[in-house]
Formats: sequence, C-alpha cells, structure tokens
Amino acid sequence: MKNIFFCFVIGILLSSNLLAQNQEIDSTNVVGLSEVIVIGKTNLKNRKQVKPLSTIDDYLEESSKVTMIKRGNYAWEAAMNNMLSERLSVTIDGMQIFGACTDKMDPITSYVDVSNLSEVKITSGQQGSENGATIGGSIDLKIQKNDFKKEEFNAGVDLGYETNSNARIISSEINYSNAKFFTNVDGIYRKSDNYSAGNDEEILFSQFEKYNISGVAGVKTGKNGALIGSVIYDKATDVGYPALPMDVSLAEALIASLSYEIDSVNAFINKWETKVYANTISHVMDDTKRPDVPIHMDMPGWSDTYGFYSKIYAKKSNHNLLFNFNGYYNKSLAEMTMYSNDPNENSMFMLTWPDVRTVYSGIYGEDAITLANNKALKFSGRFGFQHATVADEFGLNSLRIFYPDLEDTDSRFIFNLSSEFKLNIKKTSLLFNVGYGERAPSVTEAYGFYLYNSFDNYDYIGNPYLKNEKSLEFNTSINHSTSKLKIGAEASFFYISDYIIGKTDPNLTQMTIGADGVRVYTALDYATIFNTGLSARYKLIPGWTLNGFMGYSIGKDNNSNNLPLISPFSYKAAVQFKKNLFDAEINMNGAGEQKNYSNYFGENKTDAYAILNINASYNFYLNSQKVYLKTGIENLLDEYYSTFADWNNIPRMGRNFFINVSYTIR
Amino acid sequence: MKLLKYIFPVLFAITIISCSSDDDDNTIDPINEVEDLLLVQEITNETHAIEIFTKSGEIAQGYNEFTIRIKDKTSQEFVENASFMWMPMMHMTEMSHSCPKSNLVKTEGKETIYTGNMVFQMPNNADEGWDITFDYTINSEEFTAVGGINVTASEKQVVTTFMGTDGVKYIIAYMEPKTPEVMVNDMTVGLYKMESMMSFPIVENYTIMLDPRMPSMGNHASPNNEDLVYNPTTNLYDGKLSLTMTGYWKLNLMLHNQEGDMLKGEMVTDENESSSLYLEIEF
Repeated sequence: MKNIFFCFVIGILLSSNLLAQNQEIDSTNVVGLSEVIVIGKTNLKNRKQVKPLSTIDDYLEESSKVTMIKRGNYAWEAAMNNMLSERLSVTIDGMQIFGACTDKMDPITSYVDVSNLSEVKITSGQQGSENGATIGGSIDLKIQKNDFKKEEFNAGVDLGYETNSNARIISSEINYSNAKFFTNVDGIYRKSDNYSAGNDEEILFSQFEKYNISGVAGVKTGKNGALIGSVIYDKATDVGYPALPMDVSLAEALIASLSYEIDSVNAFINKWETKVYANTISHVMDDTKRPDVPIHMDMPGWSDTYGFYSKIYAKKSNHNLLFNFNGYYNKSLAEMTMYSNDPNENSMFMLTWPDVRTVYSGIYGEDAITLANNKALKFSGRFGFQHATVADEFGLNSLRIFYPDLEDTDSRFIFNLSSEFKLNIKKTSLLFNVGYGERAPSVTEAYGFYLYNSFDNYDYIGNPYLKNEKSLEFNTSINHSTSKLKIGAEASFFYISDYIIGKTDPNLTQMTIGADGVRVYTALDYATIFNTGLSARYKLIPGWTLNGFMGYSIGKDNNSNNLPLISPFSYKAAVQFKKNLFDAEINMNGAGEQKNYSNYFGENKTDAYAILNINASYNFYLNSQKVYLKTGIENLLDEYYSTFADWNNIPRMGRNFFINVSYTIR
Repeated sequence: MKLLKYIFPVLFAITIISCSSDDDDNTIDPINEVEDLLLVQEITNETHAIEIFTKSGEIAQGYNEFTIRIKDKTSQEFVENASFMWMPMMHMTEMSHSCPKSNLVKTEGKETIYTGNMVFQMPNNADEGWDITFDYTINSEEFTAVGGINVTASEKQVVTTFMGTDGVKYIIAYMEPKTPEVMVNDMTVGLYKMESMMSFPIVENYTIMLDPRMPSMGNHASPNNEDLVYNPTTNLYDGKLSLTMTGYWKLNLMLHNQEGDMLKGEMVTDENESSSLYLEIEF
C-alpha cells in the first residue's frame, strides 16, 4: 500500500501537462485467427469492457476464444480452443515465464494486472507460435508503454468497489514522455473478502489480497534507436482457493527486461528489436487455515527464467516478413513437506518438481504475402530445440523408482508450421488455414512426482518418456460485414496425436490421503477437438447496437470418450446504447447443459444457466479534470450457478454491485 | 605471460607440499585401519586388549557390524594372526541365551583387523545384560577374554523374533540400507532359526515378501519393491525397497518357506492395515 501511495505522490509532484488518448478502438478486435483485447484503462473513450478495474482474467474472458478455468476468485487459468496452459504459449511481451505452482494456482496472467498492460494478443492454434511452441494458441500480454512524442504528462487514479466480495481496488499511474525519453509508473492494490454465490451462500476461502507495481522507461539513442527497460513486481498474499484443498500464503514475481529497438534500419528492415529478460517466481501453498485437513503440508515452488529474443520486421514488395530468434533457460523446483499427526514422527519430504533445467532455443519466421484481387497468403514456421536436465539427485532418484533407467537429460526438436489463405469477395471474407505443430511435455507431465489433482481426485506421476504431442489443425471462417451488420462464422478442428493425459495405473497406490489412486501421464493415440462459433453485430438505430455470440465445442479421445473441460453450447447477447459521453449495456450470457462431460476425469453434468448483467458509464468534467464513472450489477437475478470451467463445481459469484471511478490529472 | 612467471613457481611449490604431506601420513601411522570407525570399548585379559569398533561407537539392538583389533599388552603391537571364536550371551534373570552371529575372521586385505556381525534380539536392561566371550588362538597358544557390553534399545523395530506356523522360532534382522534414501534402495535382511538357546543357524532358500507402507499417510504403498530372496554368496536375503518420501515406513513382511507355505505375516489390504511380521525405518 505504501508503495502505491508513494508512486502516486511522486506523480503529482512531477505534474505538467497531460493527454488523454482519443482514438476509439473496439475492445475486442478480431483479425483472422487472432484477436486483440485492449486493456482500456488509459483510454478514456474506450470503455466498452464491463469495468475498467476488472482483473486481467475478466478482460480475457471477454474474448470469444478464451475461457477461464476457475479454482477460486483469483488467478484463473486461461484456456483456448478448450486447451489449458500446457498446450498454450503464454508470454508477457514475448517473454517466457513459467508458473511456480505444481497445482496451476499461478497462471502467468496472475502476475500482471490491468495497470501495467495495454493489450492482450490472442492467437489461435499454430498462428500463435511466434513466441514459443504451442498446440492451442498463444496469449501475449503487452506491457503498457508510451511512445517518444511531444512532451506530455498525465497521472490517473482509479478507485473501485464491489459489494459482493467487499472488494476494494485502488490503482494509480503516472506517464511522462518527451521526444527523447518516456516513463510509465503504475501500481494497483486489490483486496477482496469471501464472495457469495447466488442465494447468499458464502464461499469460504475465496478471499485474496494483492498488489502490483511496475515501471517502464525508454531513452532514445540516436535517430532510430531506443533502449527500453521494464520491471514488474507482483505480490499476492492470503489467496484462498475454495475449489482446492490448499490456499496460497505467498505468490511473488519479479519480472524485468531490457530491450533495444531500431526503427527503419534500412529499406528492407522496418524494425529490429532485441530483448534480454529475467524473471523469478516464488509460490507458497498453505493449508494452515483449513480446518480438518488429514495432514498438514507445505508446498513451496520456485521458477526462474532467463531469456532473450531478437525480432526483425521486414518488408519486400508484397511480402511482410517477421523473424524471431529466441531462447530461454528455466529452472523449476517444487517440494512438499508433510507433517505427521504424530509429533514424534519425522516430517515427510519429497521433491514434486526435481529441479528441472530447461534450455530452449528456436527460430520463427513468418511471411504475409498480399496478392492481387484481395487475396492474401501467410506462412509461418518455428523450429526449436529443447534440452532438459534433472539437476537434483534426490529428485532423479525419486523418479527412478518408477523409471529405473531414467537418464538425467532429455533433448528434443519441436516444429510448428502454419499456412493461411484469405480471400475477400466484396463484403465477404473467407479464411482457410492449415497447421501442424508440436509441443514438449510440461515439467509436470514429464517429471511431476505425486501431484494431487483435486479435479479427478488422483495423484499424478510424470512420464519422462513422453513423445512430443503433435497437432494437425484446420481452421476456416467466413465473415460478412456491411455498415449495419457484421456476421461471422468460424470452425476449427484439431487432430492431436500422442495426446498427453493421465491414465490410472492400478498397481500404484495414492500418496494423498483420500485420493482414489495414481495416474501416470501417458499419450493417447489421438484426440480430436472441434470448435465452432457464430457471431453477429447489428446497428439497430443510431446509438443502439445488438451483439450476439454462440459457440459449441466437442472433444473426444481415440475411444470416443469425452475429454475433460470442454465447453458445452454457450452464448452471449448484449444490447448496447451510446449517446455522447453516456454508455449503457444490458447483456445476458449462459450455457446449455454440459452433456458431454468426462466422468473419468471427475466431471459431472453441469446444468444450463443464464445470467443477466447491466452496466452504465458516464464521462464528465470536474474542475476541468476528466472523471469517468462506471457502475453496474452483475448477475442481476442472483442466479446460483456454476459452469463447466469451475473446478469441482464451485458456484460463481451471486449478485454484485460495482462502481469504478477514474480521475485523470493533467 | 608475466603473470604466468609468478604463478608457475607457486603451483610447483603447492604440488611439492601436497605430495610430501601424503608421505608424512604414511610414515606416521602405517597401520591405522579403523579410521572411519569409533571405539566402543576394550575387553582385556592379562595378555591382550581386544578393541571393539563399530561405525557409531555404540552397540544397538538388532544387527551390528563389528571390527575387532587385538593388541599385545607387552609389545603394544597389534596381533595379525589370531584365529577367533566368539560367543555373545544374554544373561537373563531366569535363563541365558545367545544370538545370531557370523564368524569373526581376519578382514581380507587388511593387516590388523577382524570383522564379524551379531544380531541382538533385545537390549540390556537394569537386571539383564549381554557379554561376549572371545576364545582365540595365537601361534597355537589359546587365550580367553570375557567382557560385558551395553546393547542399547533401538527406537524402531529393526529385529523381530517370532514363531512360525511350522512351530519354529525365527529371527529377522534389518541390515541394509543403513541410510535409506528416497529411491529404490538395495535391501538386505538376515533370517535365522532358533535351533536352541545357543544355536541360531542361517535359514536358506526361503522368501520374504515385502510391502513397505506409511501408516501416517493413509497406509501409502510404494511401487516397484522386490521381495527378499536368499543370496547363497552372502547367506543373507536381498531385495529392493523403494521409498517415495522421507519419514516413517513400516516394512510389512510375509515369510514363506521353500514349499511356498506362509509361515508368518498377513497381506496388507484395505481392511488389514499391517502384517504381524514387520520391520520399521525412519529417516
């Protein structure tokens, strides 16, 4: 808290003049297979999202491509094309960063906040392999930074309050730029108590507290060059995970980078950016506040990553080229200590991630070719090499219990390829895309040691002999737009061979008290995932817009059994009204009954639901300073519901009033 | 290059010093063969002092490996050609009995030391205690030395005496691994038959089934253990013990004879938490 106020005070002292960016952008902007979500906090006229002080998770959920897996009210895990984080490439400004929690309580998105992001680039499938190997797609979180412009200064404060969880949010930022230098400093603090589901049912252990501070600064070096440094520090404490048997007492990240950019290098190269970065994460799970645990345990984890990338944007006649050479070194270590109920017994210790050192290096190339007659082609490919070492003798010996001849190193090549054809016929555009991609198993999948999964109630053992998972994908979309109507349909199909998933080994007995057994990661011959979506926007009369989306997915393994965490039929519909500086929206979203659930992986039938939300916002001036006010009610009818993406069916938030106020000083 | 001129003489000097110090060690104490061991006690008679060494400097209930050295009291030199018989004895209030033991023999490749082992079924207590009688011959001359030893109680069950369904009394003693680790450990136990109060021969060609469990972890079992089978070279039983974490483990055992009849122990199941035949470790 102190830090945030400190930043804020400094900002006021520095004051000179200010700018409010005025260009209007759709909060979600779909281009082919990728989508950009603008984090609209700095952009006063861009307030289409539900609330400016939403968590980054709320913003991501706005995307039609992303669903968020919830284990509580904090640190949701993004899924794309019905695939979770191990099948995605999630990066912060192109930087690789890996969570330190063996139970996925700390997705990368939990270590940044809306205060330090400008936008999120979401790219489906193999088109998303720019920053790393992927199967499902990529999510790149872009850090907010100024340009070198005329001298400008602004500072802002945002305040938010939500009734349901008694959530208090304060955020502040200071931005300064001139022709040779810029800097942005911001901070955000959130504190939330337990939330209540519909019918006022309190969800115990759903509280959290976090703050995030970040700074970016850039210096112009010469005519076209610039040196840019950025630091993000994020710390969450007292985070409850009602869907899991443990909470988190500390999740802490320090993320730093230094980059050098040159614009207009020559006639061929438009931009060349090189970045070095480092990040370190500590994560401490804690069950001391839980009553009636069968055995108390500590589960800390650490993940450190050091990396670089060098990116070249070039243009030659009708070819737009992008090359990205990158590499990283990651160290993942996690341990578990259990304390017997008999105080005379020694504590029980195991390494759940055996200090795995992963070195990856690869090169990505992309060529977007504009052909005549509104046709376009795009090819992209990534080729990488990964080398993993189990550095801890204790951990290696542990794994050798299961794999007696296990070597301490593993090397593999990873390929990703994609090609796309776009065709515009009058007001209709068509897109065809085919891709092939691979990914290496994650640390958990390869080297995890008795990791308890509360979803299916099994302990999981990694499998170091897994092959790369391989995906062949086909995408197609058709979009038609006129000045009044925008309508689009898209479909994607993934045929994933050597699909990595857990399989029960009846010869093994569980470690976790109360678990049903042990599953070992194995590869299915193949699995298929099919997604389809339909979206429409219609401008009814001036000021009034109708928006609609529906989607359907199905995922099967090679024996036609359902895969877990696959979205049932879902829909969103909204009516928006806008007049001058006033905005209002009423929207409904819901899903059909989840019939295609996976019993094997702990799912059961999830009922259909529909919820209603309303909100309104207004811009006005107070002593010539701009003030933005947004208020609304989420889950207006106080529906008690949970979705397919809610871990162990924990119910979602009931009726919630919120209010956000933004004040900009110039 | 200039720097090298200074470094080389220094390196040279270090080499000389380190070599010469090695030589010193050898001349000062050429016959210290008990370097890693601790002296437990000496048992003496008029002519000799028998030094008893163990790794820990103590004698504990269960399996003990002994290293013995015998010193001539007059010459103060170690005797290199003694041949030993030894006899451990527990003097209880009502009776006396011995325990399983190996022969005490000259350690191969060594000058002054003799090695052997014993399995003490029980520790000393206030009224009852162990002693060892050494009967030894040096150059055809016979000697005897007797002394009491202090066998301390082991916290965990590292030795167990039981009656098999065949009416025979058996003893199983835990031997290896001495320092268990989270891995697949090589495990060794000794199996003895109590033929009489004084005679405990090794039992050959039985099988001891092994099922390690953690009672405080809901009776968690570990995978890829191997049952203990007789090794005719060592006359002991070897198997594989896999331990998935540190802590307290109960090693449930089931003893089968050559015909495959179960002589002692029960299968561990959901209903039956442990076998009546077991050993314990904690690390």
